[in-house]
Amino acid sequence: MNAAEAVIKCLEKHGVEYIFGYSGGAAIPFFDALVTTNTDIELILVRHEQGATHMADGYARATGKPGVVLVTSGPGATNTITGLITAQMDSVPMIVITGQTISPMLGKDAFQEADVFGISLPVVKHSYLVRSHEDITRTVNEAFYVATSGRPGPVVIDVPKDISSTEGVFDLDAAMDLPGYTVPGHGDKDKIKQIAKAFKKARKPLLLVGHGCVLSSAEEEVRELAEKLNVPVVTTLLGKGAISEKHDLSLGMLGMHGTAYANFAVKNCDLVCSIGSRWDDRIVGKLDEFCADAVRIHIDIDPSEYGKMITPDYWCVGDARLILEELILQVEECDSATWVEEVKQWRQDYPLKYDKIQGGLTMQEVLAELDKQSDSEAIVATDVGQHQMWAAQFCKSTKGKNWLSSGGAGTMGFGFPAAIGAQFGRPDDLVVSVSGDGGFQMTLFELSTAAIHKLPVKILVLNNSYLGMVRQWQELFFDERLSGVDMVGNPDFVKLAESYGVKAFRMSSSDDVAKVWEEALAYNDGPCLIEAVCNKTDNVYPMIPAGANYDKMLLEAPSEKLDKPTGST
Amino acid sequence: MKDFQTHTISVYIRNNPGALMRMCQIFSRRGYNIDSLVVSPAMDGRFSRVSISAKGASDSLKQINLQLEKLVDVVHCIEHTDTEAIVREMVLVKVAADATKRGEILQITKHFGGKTVDFTDNSLVIECSGASSKLDAMIALLGNYEIVEMVRSGQMLMARGGNPT
Repeated sequence: MNAAEAVIKCLEKHGVEYIFGYSGGAAIPFFDALVTTNTDIELILVRHEQGATHMADGYARATGKPGVVLVTSGPGATNTITGLITAQMDSVPMIVITGQTISPMLGKDAFQEADVFGISLPVVKHSYLVRSHEDITRTVNEAFYVATSGRPGPVVIDVPKDISSTEGVFDLDAAMDLPGYTVPGHGDKDKIKQIAKAFKKARKPLLLVGHGCVLSSAEEEVRELAEKLNVPVVTTLLGKGAISEKHDLSLGMLGMHGTAYANFAVKNCDLVCSIGSRWDDRIVGKLDEFCADAVRIHIDIDPSEYGKMITPDYWCVGDARLILEELILQVEECDSATWVEEVKQWRQDYPLKYDKIQGGLTMQEVLAELDKQSDSEAIVATDVGQHQMWAAQFCKSTKGKNWLSSGGAGTMGFGFPAAIGAQFGRPDDLVVSVSGDGGFQMTLFELSTAAIHKLPVKILVLNNSYLGMVRQWQELFFDERLSGVDMVGNPDFVKLAESYGVKAFRMSSSDDVAKVWEEALAYNDGPCLIEAVCNKTDNVYPMIPAGANYDKMLLEAPSEKLDKPTGST
Repeated sequence: MKDFQTHTISVYIRNNPGALMRMCQIFSRRGYNIDSLVVSPAMDGRFSRVSISAKGASDSLKQINLQLEKLVDVVHCIEHTDTEAIVREMVLVKVAADATKRGEILQITKHFGGKTVDFTDNSLVIECSGASSKLDAMIALLGNYEIVEMVRSGQMLMARGGNPT
């Protein structure tokens, strides 16, 4: 057995079903090992390494199991960087194995050599450059443990070709050696007690639930806690589904483009308890004024999140689910009935809304109809931008691991390959990729991958021929000087799909929406693309300008000129 | 820039390739300038001892320590104040000196507890160790003569008493 074969055997041992990959010279031993080991692991040959990383990422987010990527050295490896930072920012478990030039040529500018270890350092949870075949099985075992435990994240394993080719005797169960790595689990009981006590005094408490709750499968516990306390729940973009958005206590997403009622709740609460969220800048707006008068509680598995943005009054390090289990035992119903009524009134008075356009089409109605016809059960994968925010608003998530979106990195081109990965992981579930015309063109070549495997993924392209979110900012904050946002030269998306042998539909007015969705959702012989030709000038509201206080929330287009935002991008 | 202070940190880290790069990245990303960095093998050769002095805003230092702790290779990371740790540095100074200046220079060296480690017709190399401020004072005095070259080791530290470094 050679080291590459040992790696494949190790991957089998860790329950890997798919490898998303792209071959190349330095990775040939691994691709060869996929044949010689007769493995059951299926290689999904993609069309670009970025696509492979997003597929692995989508697979991981939708299943909770780590995604595995295999690429070659040099450009093959550097093409994974965008996928790595996407996974790193959103704490997604992923293993990326990269081929490397032979050891004696390292650092000598060999063909397709890149310092992958160095280039990837800031975008990984951990990484390895394997120096000896004797280290390889231990490295793989460590990589899986590090990627999936604690706060998950991507791990890179760079393997020189001479090492992967080396014959030897390999212990697939090689023991890990990670003396500097600790994984927080149960929270400190005294700290949990303090948190429970704080709820007792609160009259307007609020739960702020993030991706950590989805990652630790704490959906049941979040619901139980909210119900036992009688406390409304707001979710972050990635926390969608941590509590069903159809639950009576759920207020949907908070923050920059969150629902008005979620944001009113944030502004007026007297206690905010963040669970598995990192007080991201899209949420806090103006940092020193965010819930400044409320008691702030932070529950997170990553100690470096405490005080990074907000210094909480109470905090507890550990796994969200384990801490909530304990917290549920400690708390009693809050004196919150008046507050809950107040919040529900806001929900009635300030619902999400949009205007239909005579003879035209809005993105909101396309997404609302998808939500209706799928009964809010679809796995929805998005890119970043206007379509993402509308999808977050109008596609309700009823369970965890059904909402796959590039939150932290905001990666265009993420949604479609992520949807492919999710469909591999959950073949029996409805998977819908939601992209704009801009983002879709960044990874559309994976139409081949979807077509080859006859995946029934629905590919929605919301086409407004603009990079809509940037246009929105230019209209609001840059005196309507549009620059670099006009997607003139877009292809005919229907013909494009058909050229890949992919079934395609088009909708361009309100009258088409229900019928086209019915047809598309009924089509299961392979992927299908739905191009929705949408109004070009719609903007997303509510909106809190970046870096602004929650007072500055716009419920509709402003009538006067706005100041330039002070917050990030 | 006004509240930028020098902080002294010790890190016990796995002696893995790239471990140092991961650490330095955390400092540079947050605008911290590393003044000195001393790395050497620990008693257990699988680990290294790292002493860092760095300048930056105090409030972001806590973040940096937490980020360092988060690295898989880092076993622990501790910030030390002057009172609870012994902080030492060594310097080698080459001073141009003929017979007429030698006496004065040797007197300065003796005063600071240094010694001469190289002696030629027209130069001396002085070795001295101690607190950085002491070395600064000695160097300032030697500056009255012609300093040809100078190499400082950077600060290394050890916690006092029962505290771990």
